[in-house]
Amino acid sequence: MATVIQRRKAASLNPLKSSAPLGAALAYLGIEKGIPLFHGAQGCTSFALVLSVRHFKEAIPLQTTAMDEVATVLGGASNLEEALLTLARRMKPGFIGVATTALVETRGEDSEGDLRLIMERNPELAETKVVLASTPDYAGALEEGWASATTAIINSLVEPWSPSIRSFQQINVLPGVHQTPADIEVLREIIESFGFYPVILPDISYSLDGHIAESWVPTSLGGTSLSEIANMARAVHTIAIGEHMRTPADTLTAMTGVPATVFPTLTGLEPSDRLVSLLARLSLRPVPGRLRRHRAQLVDAMLDGHFYFGGKKVAIAADPDLLFSLSQFFAGMGASVVTAIASTGGNRNLQRIPVENVIVGDLTDLEDGAAQAGADLLVTHSHGRQAAARLGVPLMRVGFPIFDRLGVAHEETVGYRGTRSLIFRVANQFLGESHEHRPEDFGSAIPAPVITTEEGRHASGTFATH
Amino acid sequence: MAESLNAKITALFDEPGCDTNVAKGEKARKKGCSKPLQPGAAAGGCAFDGAKIALQPITDVVHLVHGPLACEGNGWDNRHAATSGPELYRIGATTDLTETDIIMGNGEKRLYRAIREVIERYTPPAIFVYSTCVPALIGDDIHAVCHHATEKFGTPCIPINAPGFVGSKNLGNKLAGEALLDHVIGTMEPECSTPTDINILGEYNLSGELWQVKPLLAQLGIRLNACITGDARYHEVATAHRARVNMMVCSTALINVARKMEERWGIPYFEGSFYGIGDTSDALRTLARMLVARGAEADLIDRTEDLISAEEQRAWNRLEPYRERLAGKRVLLYTGGVKSWSIVSALQEMGMVIVSTSVRKSTDNDKQKIKDLMGGDAHMVSSIPPREMYAQLRRGDADILLSGGRTQFVALKARTPWLDINQERHHAFAGYDGMVTLVRELDASLSNPVWEDVRRLAPWEQEDGEAEFDDEGVPALVPIG
Repeated sequence: MATVIQRRKAASLNPLKSSAPLGAALAYLGIEKGIPLFHGAQGCTSFALVLSVRHFKEAIPLQTTAMDEVATVLGGASNLEEALLTLARRMKPGFIGVATTALVETRGEDSEGDLRLIMERNPELAETKVVLASTPDYAGALEEGWASATTAIINSLVEPWSPSIRSFQQINVLPGVHQTPADIEVLREIIESFGFYPVILPDISYSLDGHIAESWVPTSLGGTSLSEIANMARAVHTIAIGEHMRTPADTLTAMTGVPATVFPTLTGLEPSDRLVSLLARLSLRPVPGRLRRHRAQLVDAMLDGHFYFGGKKVAIAADPDLLFSLSQFFAGMGASVVTAIASTGGNRNLQRIPVENVIVGDLTDLEDGAAQAGADLLVTHSHGRQAAARLGVPLMRVGFPIFDRLGVAHEETVGYRGTRSLIFRVANQFLGESHEHRPEDFGSAIPAPVITTEEGRHASGTFATH
Repeated sequence: MAESLNAKITALFDEPGCDTNVAKGEKARKKGCSKPLQPGAAAGGCAFDGAKIALQPITDVVHLVHGPLACEGNGWDNRHAATSGPELYRIGATTDLTETDIIMGNGEKRLYRAIREVIERYTPPAIFVYSTCVPALIGDDIHAVCHHATEKFGTPCIPINAPGFVGSKNLGNKLAGEALLDHVIGTMEPECSTPTDINILGEYNLSGELWQVKPLLAQLGIRLNACITGDARYHEVATAHRARVNMMVCSTALINVARKMEERWGIPYFEGSFYGIGDTSDALRTLARMLVARGAEADLIDRTEDLISAEEQRAWNRLEPYRERLAGKRVLLYTGGVKSWSIVSALQEMGMVIVSTSVRKSTDNDKQKIKDLMGGDAHMVSSIPPREMYAQLRRGDADILLSGGRTQFVALKARTPWLDINQERHHAFAGYDGMVTLVRELDASLSNPVWEDVRRLAPWEQEDGEAEFDDEGVPALVPIG
């Protein structure tokens, strides 16, 4: 049972967090023909846009209500209206996701109310679904923004259960913000292998995976379709990943009556087993041979890999659910988590992290903790590179943003297959660090005496008392 | 917003050093020069972004951002402004304001404590404190906090008041310049001073470009007193008022600093560029002439000419092998400001054809320069919508796109070579060597066999013929010059 410690620092030095509106934007990008819109000053959008482009290496259609001084003083409703109309006219999106920023939230604007009035008086917006999530930068981080946006989508677009809705072999999936496009692809395959039709919300597997389209698309390149979202009540079950997806899952259950299971993590043998047996139970089908084979491969990978994890000291900094997932993974493979830094403190899974203290802090806390504990590996996003260089400790890049590596969208971490590749990634990292043994590694060429003088005296003393 | 900031912005918009402003009538001048942003179709950073860009390259200070997380958290350590030593400027420091701070009005206290924590941990020679939208909105007085902290801790705390909503990146550059004028430049005296000391304004040492120029200056015995702000140290900027000449390289970004330094300390300035062979030579010539006029030894002019002819010859010799490979290739040059016209002549010298050039951020002066270069009415465009540019590139109207990161994926998705010539670039393109690097990179990109391979249709697509894409009504890119 870990103690969660909130640091009482006034300055965040080398922040670990990315902001909540950015998390919301990522969720909105998982909706078909979607455009995320930040309600704030244009800088809010610009920074988030540049960071997302650096991470995904893709064009990101993120727009802004461009609040200027006048709008800041008088209110941003007209900016919101103009932005929606401009986007509808120029890009013809099917969906616009609005994320508020600290600027409008500090003003205390009733953006929900504004949006309702705007939709009422503008028939040209009738063809576009517009959803708004309240995501001030000063509260929460990526996970909160992603979850708020997903909840907002569910509230506005899912049709509540009614007697006319017929159940269908459908599974709803609510992935967390830490799932990559490849993770979602893995989940889809697992679910399909039981004969289910997965509806994934949000689905970034096609919009942010990096692929070449046949023409220029100004909106998101793919994602959950609006009709699928509307029909989520048809599912037999909902699977949510990560504690931060509990609120969206509960909201969906309340609206549709579809039961939900929240998986704290899907990385590792045991969590994957739980997912697969749930699907087997729901489908009344045996576990497909392919999955059995993947499981056998994972067990083999764990056996081959455990040599390189045992006794290693790992320092991790990430958003809470990713931190929990990775800590469980590393501890489960025999490494010890010596430092655990979370970006925010509200997640109840933090207490279940196998470490004495979880610090809600920044990358400086990670650096200090890792230095003190003599960590062998730093695990965090790309901004950990400065700490890694200063400490001379290798950095494994996880989470968001990862801007100095390619292929980030294709890294798998969930299910048997994802866990297997994660083991190999880490083991190879450790293998790369190992070196040929030399005589000097062993202190002295002549084996040291078994009992040193200190210990000898102590030992004889002990004997004397017997 | 504070009265003083309003007054400052009004004054900035009435810049006597700016040709555009001088050319305006009395009424137009009062309106200022900020273009209204269109919600839903705006691109680019805010004033805070601009201020940070302009000052971040000062390497030995800590840049502390007062605001909620996003302003610093989403944007720190993201440019390639290189350092020859201190790494402090790369630290992402922010007060990370929380809801409670905002509601309880704890912002100022939190900022003060943050300053103390930074000083305790890093003991920097100075801290640059940036305001952002939220503290400006709730009325945090960063000037007062900085003033108090400076007295209390003995470390200069420099307030940079450029909250995002006041305007564009360019305005932010200028507000950053104002902060330097108000609080930094002239606050220290240099240990020594020579008749050939200069400052360079508006050069940020991206990917180390300053170091492509510095050796040239060193060979001429010209001492770079301060680069504002590429690879700068705090004390260099603080003693910049003792230089003899200011060179301003990024067109309008820090023109207010150049002009006010002339007013206050009589330092003459000129606008020049280190992009392009001819421009580099012109800049060195002007520097030499102005330094001699201010008391440097007269032989500097001859020595400069010798260096120029040797360096130009060396550069052209190194470019010669590429001429054959690049001749006839069509370039779409899509970037604002100086960079566009600065490299045009070198590309033309290589026999390359410019098919269109963007004047999005260029001043009228810039536009005239492009016209002079291209001969007559050049094919200048203010902007090309992404859909059109995609169609043009897909259709093969140009062989390569030179632009900034924003249009990178338009080119790549159209399977067309692309070279980054904006601030995020990884290669240094300044001076004589930089132009050789640029041409080498152009060649490496154009001659990569990958283009042919990725443009090929899949075998099962070949039966359907050419891939369809929407290019209806998209104007053709025509060669210019």
